[in-house]
Amino acid sequence: MEFRNSFPRLGRRGLLTGVAMGVAAPAVLRAQGNAPIRIGEINSYTAQPAFLGPYRNGWLLAQERINAEGGIHGRPLETLFRDDAGRPEDSVRIAGELVASERVALLGGGYLSNVGLALGDYALQNKVLYCASEPLTDALVWSRGNRYTFRLRPSTYMQAAMLVEEAAKLPAKRWATIAPNYEYGQSAVRWFKALLSHARPDVEFVGEQFPALGRIDAGATSQALERLRPDAIFNVTFGTDLLNFVRQGNTRGLFEDRVVASMLTGEPEYLEPLGEECPDGWIVTGYPRDELNNPVHTALRDAYRARFNELPRCGSIVGHDTALAIATMLRQANSTDTEAMVAAFEGLRYPTGYGTGEVEFRALDHQSTLGAFVGRTKLQGRVGRMVDWRYADGARYLPPDEQVREWRPRQN
Amino acid sequence: METLAVQALTGLASASSLFLVASGLTVIFGVSRIVNFAHGSFYMLGAFLAWTLVSHAPLAEWGGWGFWGGILLAALAVGLLGAAAEMVILRRIYRAPELFQLLATFALVLVVQDLVLLLWGADDKFGPRAPLLRGATEIFGLRFPRYDLFLIAVGPVVLGLLWLLFHRTRFGILLRAATQDREMVAALGVDQQLLFTGVFCLGSALAGLGGALQLPREAVTIHMDMAIIVQAFVVVVVGGLGSLPGAFLAALLISELHAFGILVLPRITLVLAFLVMAIVLVLRPYGLLGRKPEGPPPATEAAAPLPGPAPRWLQGAGMAALAALLLLPPFLGEYPLILLADFAALVLFAASLHLIMGPGGMASFGHAAYFGAGAYAAALLARHLGAPMEVGLVAAPFFAGLVGFLFGWFCVRLSGVYSAMLTLAFAQIAWSVAFQWVEVTGGDNGILGVWPSEWARGRLAFWYLSLALCGLGVWMLRRAIHAPFGMALRAQRDSPLRAEAIGIDAFRIRWLAFALAAAMAGVAGALFAYGKGSVFPSSLDIPRSVDALLMVLLGGVHSLSGPILGAVAYAGLQEQLSRLTDLWRLLLGLVILALVLFFPGGLARAFYRRRGA
Repeated sequence: MEFRNSFPRLGRRGLLTGVAMGVAAPAVLRAQGNAPIRIGEINSYTAQPAFLGPYRNGWLLAQERINAEGGIHGRPLETLFRDDAGRPEDSVRIAGELVASERVALLGGGYLSNVGLALGDYALQNKVLYCASEPLTDALVWSRGNRYTFRLRPSTYMQAAMLVEEAAKLPAKRWATIAPNYEYGQSAVRWFKALLSHARPDVEFVGEQFPALGRIDAGATSQALERLRPDAIFNVTFGTDLLNFVRQGNTRGLFEDRVVASMLTGEPEYLEPLGEECPDGWIVTGYPRDELNNPVHTALRDAYRARFNELPRCGSIVGHDTALAIATMLRQANSTDTEAMVAAFEGLRYPTGYGTGEVEFRALDHQSTLGAFVGRTKLQGRVGRMVDWRYADGARYLPPDEQVREWRPRQN
Repeated sequence: METLAVQALTGLASASSLFLVASGLTVIFGVSRIVNFAHGSFYMLGAFLAWTLVSHAPLAEWGGWGFWGGILLAALAVGLLGAAAEMVILRRIYRAPELFQLLATFALVLVVQDLVLLLWGADDKFGPRAPLLRGATEIFGLRFPRYDLFLIAVGPVVLGLLWLLFHRTRFGILLRAATQDREMVAALGVDQQLLFTGVFCLGSALAGLGGALQLPREAVTIHMDMAIIVQAFVVVVVGGLGSLPGAFLAALLISELHAFGILVLPRITLVLAFLVMAIVLVLRPYGLLGRKPEGPPPATEAAAPLPGPAPRWLQGAGMAALAALLLLPPFLGEYPLILLADFAALVLFAASLHLIMGPGGMASFGHAAYFGAGAYAAALLARHLGAPMEVGLVAAPFFAGLVGFLFGWFCVRLSGVYSAMLTLAFAQIAWSVAFQWVEVTGGDNGILGVWPSEWARGRLAFWYLSLALCGLGVWMLRRAIHAPFGMALRAQRDSPLRAEAIGIDAFRIRWLAFALAAAMAGVAGALFAYGKGSVFPSSLDIPRSVDALLMVLLGGVHSLSGPILGAVAYAGLQEQLSRLTDLWRLLLGLVILALVLFFPGGLARAFYRRRGA
């Protein structure tokens, strides 16, 4: 098996020597023959290692499979992974490096929303294709969408819409919300409120909490929610904040006799660290890795475990699918010309690693219709799992086309 | 009403945990005057060590004794680590200029971050709940965690024990004596080294204990260090540096205000602590219970009286560098040009901070506020008025200067770390405005589409523009330092009394210098923004301020060549290392440590020495 990972690699032209010696970069035109097609991948590897390690593994697995099958019409894929340390301004500099120095054909990646937006704007300015994998912000494909930016993961709006569908069936009338104090949290709460109020005009939102991301004062926050005496809670916190919130909430009985609808909590990234604290019966979006048994996904799960000696996480599927979608697009475009790639990407269909069928990158707004699983949490033994889940196809949870056209800037 | 009482109790529990961390920091600062950035890292190490000890054999099998034993063992181990850090690293650089030790402790932060990641992996971890204190108890009909009740008691107990240590033991009395007058204590024949090692051991053990005691309450994560260190500093400064009761009071104040603040204004979470700090410092310049330090800060090195003209070799080197920067770029690829433009902006940013720190004799932990103000001035003009780059570049220094004028009026009244922390408070307030005023600033999604005008869009043209503006900025800063204004600035730094006697208005001079530095940082910020095409709140966040601080300290505060060298070295290292490996923070930390130990006067000074020899 050919393993082309350029990850730990020395920058070929050290800047200082470059400046000192005045070495001009020779504009090498690559021979088309069997030269690899290079992809520049930028992500916050040092800032978010828990999520991006599995992500990179998923990407590498897909790339190895594609290359083993002969690559893109004989040309292997090669990915250069770079760390932006969670800073959008660094991601733009690295994009410049990858495009100008390393001659990558396209860019991929992004975990934080602002990094995704910065890269999207870079793509527009420099007419480079950018396939965003993880960033959730709606702005990326709508209010600040552009011709050169595509996004794989179901967005904030879509995830909120999936939860609203379930939340609207509940008898609960008094809702409280808790979300991290930044764009993702605020948007999620805004959409949830708007969509649920539309579906159930009788519900009332009695209060909200916005802890600082990564610095939740969980005791005070749970107590503040308890004070509102809500029937149900909509939660957007994740990672460390979620763990601390759940532990304090459990101790203080905040979740007893209350339903909680919670974004992303069913993803193994967030569910596994909860361990025995995992609350029962939360309505969550996520990825029921261990129970999702269809031929495609089972094979992927086994291959992943064989290769990395651990089980995939949601990030692994996102990384895998991004690499797969890019490869499918490259096969169709049969060129690394940006305009040809954009044309191939619009309306592109590829089979997701979830094994739930084909996913389409909509020509309308460049959002993929990849969905998520909606289910309930349940503590089984010493770990939480998702039960009673179903696959929610992303295409069903997007706003009407006219609305999207109105949001999305024209001309690009 | 009952819910409010429980809310107050919750605030007390948070206050206790915050106090534990802050107490160690304030003890270390009181004696050594070291701004110990690594304190948060010791806190994190305490939590991770405790997690390993209590959730694995053999301690995990011993039940309650194993748990509490594990907590104490972890604290002890962290204390020893702290003592080791003092003996191996910090002891060697006590004679370096003030704040220089900060550089070493920051390098430790970087090293520990990667070591923890390597040893414990990236996943968040839950520790077991505390034996006997597992569940909740009913208070006013509401459930309240027993462990939080225990924590509420721990804070005052630790405060009491520390009081006993400081007032009833010989070691403590010597520590207090050293806090007041180090030289005198040394003159009386007390072994200073032992005292310092001891205080580091104590302070770090307190940090480790604080981290370990969070185990039953919070998840153990690789981001704990950064989350706690800024808060701990705020508590220490609000309480008054070196004052234990002050730290306790401040922890109480901030935690309770937070607990009740979120009931009224849920979105205040980002800024509350900094608002409190700003208000306290404006009203009480030495914190709640702090006292005005007597005499000059220890271990300051007297600067040469007047910077003469640059030595001939330096002039030659400067001219050669300038010629290379003018002539070579047409032959460089696109990416080196992008980098060069970045470096130019960072050089001006560092040089502007140098005016405050070097000739001004002040410190700023919040210099990014002005960098960001310049960037946002350009971006806001572009977004709301469609202003072209030329307008943005002209407006940036004025806007940033104005912000500097405003903040500076408060900050330059204070001295030392208090002043630096007030700049940090203002910077964080500015940051939260950029972060939360979504309608105007776009919030954390930032402002996109801030691109240069057509003529400067090419990388080469933009580089020459950056070189011209930053060169001009640095030249103006140099002129200001050598002008009578700069001499007055140096005079009030070196001898406030004599400066006042010859009619120098120290406050006014410092204020003007602060605003000038802010304006120059604004130019750097605007250029940086146009180079990236977008502006985000991160441009005025703490890491950006820390970058500036590190660049100046790494290069050396003695001459203007310091920040220039420091900026290029720091940014260049980071860029190269981050492409080399995932473990770039570890490498960067080690390189900085090596530089600190070998060139304790900064890079520029090392060059001078070599030439002079």
